[in-house]
Amino acid sequence: MNVTDIINPSNLVYDKTSVMNDTPMHYCPGCSHGVVHKLIAEIIEEMDIQDKTIGIAPVGCAVFAYKYLDIDWQQAAHGRAPALATAIKRLLPDRYVFTYQGDGDLAAIGTAETIHACNRGENIAIIFINNGIYGMTGGQMAPTTLEGMKSSTSPHGREIPLNGYPLNITNLLAQMDGTCYVTRQAVHTVASVRKCKKAIQKAFENSMQNKGTSVVEIVSTCNSGWKMTPDESNKWMVENMFPEYPMGDLKNI
Amino acid sequence: MAKFKGAVVVNTERCKGCDLCVVACPSSVLALSTEANSKGFNFSHMEEPENCIGCSACAYVCPDACITVYKVKVE
Repeated sequence: MNVTDIINPSNLVYDKTSVMNDTPMHYCPGCSHGVVHKLIAEIIEEMDIQDKTIGIAPVGCAVFAYKYLDIDWQQAAHGRAPALATAIKRLLPDRYVFTYQGDGDLAAIGTAETIHACNRGENIAIIFINNGIYGMTGGQMAPTTLEGMKSSTSPHGREIPLNGYPLNITNLLAQMDGTCYVTRQAVHTVASVRKCKKAIQKAFENSMQNKGTSVVEIVSTCNSGWKMTPDESNKWMVENMFPEYPMGDLKNI
Repeated sequence: MAKFKGAVVVNTERCKGCDLCVVACPSSVLALSTEANSKGFNFSHMEEPENCIGCSACAYVCPDACITVYKVKVE
């Protein structure tokens, strides 16, 4: 059997979902954002909620997320996505509302909005992409940058006496009574992609059950900012990011 | 002899040649082409098509959703 016989619609096992449109994504080659966008699109298609989903796009690399997923979007000011999501979910409680934020957005300028939205237990899903760096603006140090990790504003590595400790905001959010599901995932291997998809799906389902806020942190790579190839940055992430940000569920009620 | 045979189709214009599918493939089917697409990226293609088992590993890790996977059972 040759390749042309196999390539037949009846043998199709994996295809790009129609929720993700054909616009070429502006992300760098190998960026984790693309995988997470794809997972969200697949979940929306499988749950058949394309008309009932509202995403909140952040400021950061994912600011153009609204160009790639064919759902309703609202763009928030830097860090204010959970506040905007609160308003939308309260006004339209039958919609699936999620925010999509990076670490500079969620853990730096948006810390107050994030913590208070989780403390109020808003019925939203927060997708948190943590790559330890400000990717879009040129790889500056973020609150989540690891000790000793080089960035354009810490060229000799982050120093604790000068810059403080890496902020593990997901652990903080897990302690709050308002959150119902807090988990940390990654998308560097096939198994981790599948687990991450289940986690995002659970967060979406929770948002309709009045259980509280769901937070899915995805430990990601920024190969351009880290100055590595995509494969090298995945390995670097496993060696260096995972000890500081360990995988698994922090809270599941 | 593999029980399943597969084939992948790469959307070569969408592919950015990040190499993640090549690393993820358990059967060493994929490789980056020496040709480049209109954006100048060396896109991924099936170098050893007869080894493909249709496992979809490449498609799962692809950040740009440019891989379509087909699979048939071989009797």
